[in-house]
Amino acid sequence: MARSNSRGSQEVNAGSMADIAFLLLIFFLVTTTIASDKGILNILPPKQDPNVPPPDIKKNERNIFNVLINANNDLLVEGDYRRSAEGLDQDFKAFIMNFGAPDEEAAALYNSLPASLQAQAQRKADSSDDPGEAVISIKTNRGTSYEVFLEVFDLAKKAYFDIYAERVGLASGEYRTLKGDNEATRAILGKSKEGIPMAISIAEPDKIGGN
Amino acid sequence: MAKFKKKVKTGESIPTSALPDIIFMLLFFFMVTTVLREQDILVDQKIPQATQLQKLQKKTLISYIYIGKPKNTGLYGSEPRVQANDVLIGSPEIVQWVNQERDKLPEADRGFITISMKVDKEVKMGPISDVQTELRNADARRVLYASTGKVN
Repeated sequence: MARSNSRGSQEVNAGSMADIAFLLLIFFLVTTTIASDKGILNILPPKQDPNVPPPDIKKNERNIFNVLINANNDLLVEGDYRRSAEGLDQDFKAFIMNFGAPDEEAAALYNSLPASLQAQAQRKADSSDDPGEAVISIKTNRGTSYEVFLEVFDLAKKAYFDIYAERVGLASGEYRTLKGDNEATRAILGKSKEGIPMAISIAEPDKIGGN
Repeated sequence: MAKFKKKVKTGESIPTSALPDIIFMLLFFFMVTTVLREQDILVDQKIPQATQLQKLQKKTLISYIYIGKPKNTGLYGSEPRVQANDVLIGSPEIVQWVNQERDKLPEADRGFITISMKVDKEVKMGPISDVQTELRNADARRVLYASTGKVN
């Protein structure tokens, strides 16, 4: 204080400006919540009319990849017991990209795929007929933990996104940021999904282990 | 010792005159990005992690629903509850809430309403399935399972 007086300067003392700004800064740092709108998108099936019986869908068992998660969070993948969901995305991918009994359309689809995906395609007769027919079914109990369900659902999405991304030659992370808000990205999205619909079915949970 | 003292005394100071400007810059950044919480969250929220995250194009289409164990267990019990806006609601009221939220949107966007489900890790599938059944009844079928990025 005495020093500034002795200088006789007319300036406003701005030394505490930083302190004031710091105070405000800390206030906003504490109160801020950077809004997170990220998540995994899912489209629920339409409401069922109670007067109309559910459609009787005839689908070969081999075209459905069953994942059951019970109330103890154990997995049953195509009849085999698993302790954790690790590596499930590779199984999903192999199942989707299986051409067990391709019809003409599926053969055309196979020919349109890039070489890297063609190399992954298998011809197991006991797995799915072709990518258009393949369905991943996830069934839980009411007592299944949401975290485990989301992990499996996440892996199923990953399998599809990996395939889509590879088909159009993008990295998987890049592909997911496409929003389809302009003509070019819409074309890419359309091309990647053509003939390979994302078919993840989430069955109504049954009553075991919940309330 | 004397040598050292001499060296210390050489008048070198970092110029701090730009410090307030830098701090102000930071301050403005946080002021702009901050969203003051409009509502208290009444339920536990430990959001699960996932890898395949997507962002929605339009934020205005999103309505939030929170599911978890109530924080105030003395008042609301320990079973998972659903929070919409700033109250805990029961399953039958979800349809009404969705319709209210939908009415807030411009007419052209009403079909694209997306419900972001912020669900606590500890919740079981039962309550979630009930909520989803109600959302189907309300014809709000776009659901976003809110999750945070997983670091591999």
